[in-house]
Amino acid sequence: MFARRRFAVLKNLLEYIGLEPGRLHFSWISSAEAQKFQETVKTVVEEVTALGPAKILIKDIRKVA
Amino acid sequence: MDNQAIAEEIRSLAKKLLADGVVDCVIGYTQGTVPMRDRPYFAYSPEEAENLTWSSFCCNNLANFARKRADKVAVVAQGCVSRSLVNHIVENQIDRDKLVVIGVPSPGMVDHNKVQAAVGAGKIITEVVEDGDDLVVKGKGFEERIARKTVLRDNCFTCVQRNPVIVDHMIGSPGDDTHGGDIDKVAAPWEKLSAEERWAAFSENFQDCIRCYACRDACPLCYCTVCFVDESNPQWCGKTQDEADVATFHILRAFHCAGRCTDCGACESACPQGIKMRRLTSKIEKDIRELYDYRPGMDPEAIPPMSVYRPDDPQDFIK
Repeated sequence: MFARRRFAVLKNLLEYIGLEPGRLHFSWISSAEAQKFQETVKTVVEEVTALGPAKILIKDIRKVA
Repeated sequence: MDNQAIAEEIRSLAKKLLADGVVDCVIGYTQGTVPMRDRPYFAYSPEEAENLTWSSFCCNNLANFARKRADKVAVVAQGCVSRSLVNHIVENQIDRDKLVVIGVPSPGMVDHNKVQAAVGAGKIITEVVEDGDDLVVKGKGFEERIARKTVLRDNCFTCVQRNPVIVDHMIGSPGDDTHGGDIDKVAAPWEKLSAEERWAAFSENFQDCIRCYACRDACPLCYCTVCFVDESNPQWCGKTQDEADVATFHILRAFHCAGRCTDCGACESACPQGIKMRRLTSKIEKDIRELYDYRPGMDPEAIPPMSVYRPDDPQDFIK
């Protein structure tokens, strides 16, 4: 099983049903790439913060038994 | 060749295969208990083969019943069923040596929901007779003639492989492979919408889902021993009819069929709520076609697209 193909299809599918572009991120990071890890996390946090709280696929446990 | 003549040939071939001991079982269709719902049938003897039929309502995918069998079976297969059989061969679910394919060129199957809508919702249909290119729909106090082509299933309209891909015994002669519909024009209908509109369209499409899993059970691809929705430890997917749970089920089911779905339409035909799952699954099918140039079930020697990679696979989304 190869992650790149699965991610490509999954990302397209989730964005097709209305997940905002920018909420889902993919990256290859080696365990030796500390700096890339730090930079990626920063970007993810910035982009997701800008989008605000999730609007779809939320289950309110208080409403559903 | 009309459907009655095809049915007659299927019966005589099935009887011969069973009588000669070529196969232990012939999997085909028989008349359902209500009109327009022909169902799968397993004939183990020449006498039972008498019950086999062929009609415009053979919507179940018989490949579903042919996998992992100890006995040798013959399967009545139109284009889509043969593609699913090929997919099973590709996934090592069927031993080709133990499979006999009775190929039938598909005339395109009829959507019972469309027939019901054509005569009027709530009217009880007691009999549907096929008369050439027309269907004669009968019920208490009414009789209507409907053109077959106006009530075809959506996937049969855009089909690209009506003739069986693999055949051992062909019934009739191969016909046109397409019906005229262009799958690229209708696949992934929500693509042109904005993110918000897409979610609105998606949740409206699946809002009537009652989580009966008829789509999963009818699907030849859904053969996991334990489906993820039935797992309880851990419970991947909630069991309620909450929008998020329903969405999770349909998104994941569709995703599990990536690179495998042959667009046979069995899921839509099985749905008691008339949900159009293909609006979701057609997106993945289109992606697989465009990204990896692959159509499932066309070649028994093919390698499934999700099991391989090419160095130049698209990866713009990876940062």
